[in-house]
Amino acid sequence: MSSPQAVGDLVSQPYKYGFVTDIETEKIAKGLSEDVVRLISSKKQEPAFLLEFRLRAYRQWLQMQEPDWATLGYPPIDYQDIIYYAAPKQQAKKASLDEVDPKLLETFDKLGIPLSEQKRLSNVAVDAVFDSVSIATTYKEKLAEHGVIFCSISEAVKEHPELIERYLGTVVPSNDNYFAALNSAVFSDGSFVFIPKGVECPMELSTYFRINSGDTGQFERTLIVAEEGASVSYLEGCTAPMFDTNQLHAAVVELVVLDDASIKYSTVQNWYAGDENGVGGIYNFVTKRGQCRGDRSRISWTQVETGSSITWKYPSCVLQGADSVGEFYSVALTNNRQQADTGTKMIHVGPRTRSTIVSKGISAGRSANSYRGLVQIGPKAVGARNYSQCDSMLIGDRAAANTYPYIRSQQPQAAVEHEASTCRISEDQLFYLQSRGIGLEEAVSMMVSGFCRDVFNQLPMEFAAEADKLLALKLEGSVG
Amino acid sequence: MIRSDAPVLLEIRDLQARVEDKAILKGVNLTVRAGEIHAVMGRNGSGKSTLSKVLAGHPAYTVTGGSVTYRGENLLDMEPERRARIGVFLGFQYPVEIPGVSNLEFLRVATNARRAEQGDEELDTFAFEDLVRERLQVVQMDPAFLDRSVNEGFSGGEKKRNEILQMALLEPLVAILDETDSGLDIDALRIVAGGVNQLASPDNATLLITHYQRLLDAITPDYVHVMAAGRILRTGGKELALELEQRGYDWVDEELAALEAAAGRQPAEVA
Repeated sequence: MSSPQAVGDLVSQPYKYGFVTDIETEKIAKGLSEDVVRLISSKKQEPAFLLEFRLRAYRQWLQMQEPDWATLGYPPIDYQDIIYYAAPKQQAKKASLDEVDPKLLETFDKLGIPLSEQKRLSNVAVDAVFDSVSIATTYKEKLAEHGVIFCSISEAVKEHPELIERYLGTVVPSNDNYFAALNSAVFSDGSFVFIPKGVECPMELSTYFRINSGDTGQFERTLIVAEEGASVSYLEGCTAPMFDTNQLHAAVVELVVLDDASIKYSTVQNWYAGDENGVGGIYNFVTKRGQCRGDRSRISWTQVETGSSITWKYPSCVLQGADSVGEFYSVALTNNRQQADTGTKMIHVGPRTRSTIVSKGISAGRSANSYRGLVQIGPKAVGARNYSQCDSMLIGDRAAANTYPYIRSQQPQAAVEHEASTCRISEDQLFYLQSRGIGLEEAVSMMVSGFCRDVFNQLPMEFAAEADKLLALKLEGSVG
Repeated sequence: MIRSDAPVLLEIRDLQARVEDKAILKGVNLTVRAGEIHAVMGRNGSGKSTLSKVLAGHPAYTVTGGSVTYRGENLLDMEPERRARIGVFLGFQYPVEIPGVSNLEFLRVATNARRAEQGDEELDTFAFEDLVRERLQVVQMDPAFLDRSVNEGFSGGEKKRNEILQMALLEPLVAILDETDSGLDIDALRIVAGGVNQLASPDNATLLITHYQRLLDAITPDYVHVMAAGRILRTGGKELALELEQRGYDWVDEELAALEAAAGRQPAEVA
């Protein structure tokens, strides 16, 4: 009755989102070229400015080099071996949910995201994105009564082109980095949120991303704008089927807050992570950035990253407005052969800006988990303050954790604090809890929860409990 | 207290166990009845600590022979958490620290696990807080310890008192205390011993694993067993402990060697 065996038997829960939905899907041929970019734009019936945006990005991408400075290893990606457009074959976005293909509704039901009128969560509006195409958005009319726009980007391009033209690409310019350029050229869909002046969005907004097709790249684009005095809490969830090839997911998220506005952006990421030997799994290469343009504005990123074969993202804040605040709370879990190089950038531009970074990395199996963070204090950021705390938890003796904090300050009247710690879940600790009547699964969960408490407390209430459970599930066979 | 008609709580027969490749227990025999206090003494390496870990079900140890029944049931077949829930308690020699897990929450979950097993109602946070504050008095611990992480930053004495506090909450039937006195100053020892005595009853039993006589000044044992080379060599009353204190352990080695020779084998190494 040895510990590794007991733990191995423990939660042999297979990734329960690994199914594929059998539905007619329209796909274009593999490969990327200017023609493919034009094809995507025409399929989506986009206005000229957007086609221009895409083409410019594509040409920039051709001039750029794929970055290789992260602590990540993966075989070279063949960008011509990817399908850049796949969509379920229902035609235009349906006016009512009754017209959506029932198989799609069933898929989201199975994922725990009921969309139908009777079953949906009453205080959360959901935009369901299937293979990068938004298939349904709930509560749109109710939100519209408050002046809140919550719809897919594709729809926003048609209904509110002036807003898209004003804000798209202003936080993450297309040439910002290799994957942002690629995304800007071929993005298919994602969510658009606009909260007008003075409005506190009356519901939680969430987008649920579901990848279904293999061989495709997924390039979502999300844009959230909160005008003066507005506020919104937004949650992003993601899952994907189990394929034995890797799939590239290169998304871009842009947030803009004006004076006294705030956006809380939470992510629970559970993309398929590959099997225990690291075969298959999503490459999650994402650029997320928020601009605190207004004075006293606030952006808060909370992420629970448990999936993906490789997670590579640095949700960041540019703190331009005076007294603006940026926050980053993260739990990144890697198990088996997963890899993560993640963290944040807090760029202090305006005076008295404040940032808080709390990063918890949990490494199990033979995974590698790196925190990479930048705190940059510009010359005008008088009285700026930053607090960073990076903690690593190692489970077993084959996992790795790295921390790369960068601090660049050009302002002597600023305070930057950094703390870091490392700990392990040892067999002795687990046995101690077991010897008090606490089962192994609960023991691991208690220890991991304790470790993640500061971050989970930041999640919207509905999701904090889910996050606890998700983490416990992901740690299958990790001890011993 | 010894009563010949008291029910047998723990029956250990010819128990053998190893850790990795090394055989440590080589045939331990021991019977513990309700109401009794047993002391197990011996040198480092005699197998005393191993015995306690094997009884608790520590995964690093493999049983290679013999049996252990607890109230008639086969204990060795059970997972550690089940053993704990049905009333077998191990007080650790070196209680481990568990940062991030609140002491209060840990005690509550453990207490409720035991209560559930016994068919008692589980306690919510408030009811439990009342219970724990009452039990804190058994070990004279400050309530502030409840808000800290389990054993984190606790001194040796505080850790041992936290063990006895758990005993007070879980109300085990067989409490195995592994060198509970090690690292304690006189005052802490007095408190710990006081706690053990307070919790001892005609219905439960205590197994004290110790090096030193001084704990047995404070807790009077009914039986004293001397362990060497993975076996119980001799059993006596509390005078045996005094004898060990005076003579040391060398005579134990001599006796062991004589026994081995009589059995026609090389003297076993006392590691």
